[in-house]
Amino acid sequence: MAIGSARFKSVGAGQSPFLSAAMFAPAALYILLLVAGPFLLAVFYAFSDARIGNAELHFVGLENFRSILQSPSFRVAIRNSIIFTIGSQLVVIVSANILAIALENTFRGRGLVRFLILLPWVAPISLGAIGWKWILDSIYSVISWTLVALHFFKPFSAPMWLGEPHLAIASVLLVHSWRVIPFSTVILLAGRTAIPKDIPEAAAVDGAGFWRTQFQIVIPMMRPILSVAVLFGLIFTFTDMTVVYILTAGGPFDSTQTLPSLAFALGIQGSDLAAGAAISLFLVPLLVILAYFMLRIARRAEVS
Amino acid sequence: MAVVETRNLTKVFKEGHLGAVNRVSFETREGEFLVFLGPSGSGKTTLLRMIAGLEIPTSGEILIGGQLVNDLSPRDRRIAMVFQSYALYPHLSVYKNIAFPLKAQNVPREQHRKKVEWAASLLGIGALLERKPRELSGGERQRVALARAIVREPAVFLLDEPLSNLDAKLRASAREELERFHRSVGTTSIYVTHDQVEAMAMGDRILVLNKGVVHQLGTPTEVYDNPADTFVATFLGSPPMNLVGLGDVIVGFRPEHFLPSVNVTGETIPLQFKVGNMEYLGSEWIVSGTIVGGKLDSKKAVSRLASAQHLGLDGVYDFVVPVRTLKFFDPATQQRVPPRDIQWQ
Repeated sequence: MAIGSARFKSVGAGQSPFLSAAMFAPAALYILLLVAGPFLLAVFYAFSDARIGNAELHFVGLENFRSILQSPSFRVAIRNSIIFTIGSQLVVIVSANILAIALENTFRGRGLVRFLILLPWVAPISLGAIGWKWILDSIYSVISWTLVALHFFKPFSAPMWLGEPHLAIASVLLVHSWRVIPFSTVILLAGRTAIPKDIPEAAAVDGAGFWRTQFQIVIPMMRPILSVAVLFGLIFTFTDMTVVYILTAGGPFDSTQTLPSLAFALGIQGSDLAAGAAISLFLVPLLVILAYFMLRIARRAEVS
Repeated sequence: MAVVETRNLTKVFKEGHLGAVNRVSFETREGEFLVFLGPSGSGKTTLLRMIAGLEIPTSGEILIGGQLVNDLSPRDRRIAMVFQSYALYPHLSVYKNIAFPLKAQNVPREQHRKKVEWAASLLGIGALLERKPRELSGGERQRVALARAIVREPAVFLLDEPLSNLDAKLRASAREELERFHRSVGTTSIYVTHDQVEAMAMGDRILVLNKGVVHQLGTPTEVYDNPADTFVATFLGSPPMNLVGLGDVIVGFRPEHFLPSVNVTGETIPLQFKVGNMEYLGSEWIVSGTIVGGKLDSKKAVSRLASAQHLGLDGVYDFVVPVRTLKFFDPATQQRVPPRDIQWQ
């Protein structure tokens, strides 16, 4: 170990003092130009009256935040962001666990099933969302067609999946779940295979049935990896605007608007850059809390 | 307490291949400590796992306490198992590990503490109950695994190489502890090992297995002194029994019976022995070499001696084998056959 690190030092720092700086530069540039820059710009805009097509700029203090907090669509967006994020994670955790248990066993065609389950994650998010838009479409919906064919609904009276506020919320939530399930399944599957086989076997001999083994032995043992899956899922869903934008564009009547989609709608489409920036800043404290927990889990995993 | 019995028990993992366990039939005695002994791949662990219910037999029957248990899940077989890795639940304290079988078997909660403390005190781990498994030493983990196994007072104990993860020094004391533990609880136990010393030291009887087939079932004295075939003869004993082909028979003699002629009285077979290598092991010498002259010329043999001061490398010495210690095996079947008179020279 000592020899290894000494050698590493001589290659990295000793031979060329610029090498380490050169190695760091791309990462530092990326963070400065594409993360820190826009972020600082957003902070700047949030305290100004910036609008697209208006060259003048005035400092307005907390005016933007005040007007946002008073707008009903912002409150709906916060509520939706929380519903979509937490609701879809609940669906994801339950389904991903079930899938991971099913995929743990060997059976014919397991490879194909694993591939199919992973597809939603591999495919571009916009492509998947467009697929769902057609599936849930008011006229061409496959689901409606099937329900009509099965005589659950009369022709042309099937529900408008994306047209009624409650159904639209449920639809967006489920598409979000569909999007994150593969990722969580893969993580949970890895967590499951990392558990030595004789531990569930010992539980079986000790007298535990399937549910007790799962809930008292296997799932508690997977807690670190489970929290990684949940935190990633929370962040993916919380910051995503593609699904909402493509499926409903925030409608009907702003009932499915989320913080990112509202920021986009007001700031870019509505030309009110200042309002959009202020809304996106509301994401920051929430994401900081999530990031804190992620780092803590990562550190604990390192220690143990 | 109960007796474990198998009838023609067979396990085939891959169709068309040889069974991992082939038509194994045996019966334990009440309260006995039975050892499954065999090299790796002999099927001893598979056999144990079938008895535990963790592996489904391809054919044959398993009876525990006279009851056919083939279709019972592990939890309904009244068995407890100690795994090679101990398989402690890492997220639970020692107390909760030991209490888990009670919880799983729906033993009333108010009895838990008393039973856990009884099991813990039996194994001397009363002070460790609040610790997590990762804070324990190898020997302590083993005791926790045993306590978890004993706490629900099973009819049968199954132990899968529980000592193989311990270092050599700890293994001897852990072995002694296991023996004392078995004497005090008296539960029928089946113990799997590849270590013949463990098997000889601990077993009331030993079931010798190789390639899924039972070679012999007997007390340590029986399997050592009267091996049923050449496999048992060479697997037990270190160094193994000398086997030399002599016409239509294989003759076997233990290294400790192959001695310089001066030390031996009674009827013996004289052999000229050329020393090829000598190992000093403290309390004894292992001398290997070749036999010189006669029908056994250039056959390899090993001798175990208390002292070998008078021997030298490449020297040829007069050795003898007492006739009463000779074993005879059939070259075709490898089975033991009755003693017979043979021409040595």
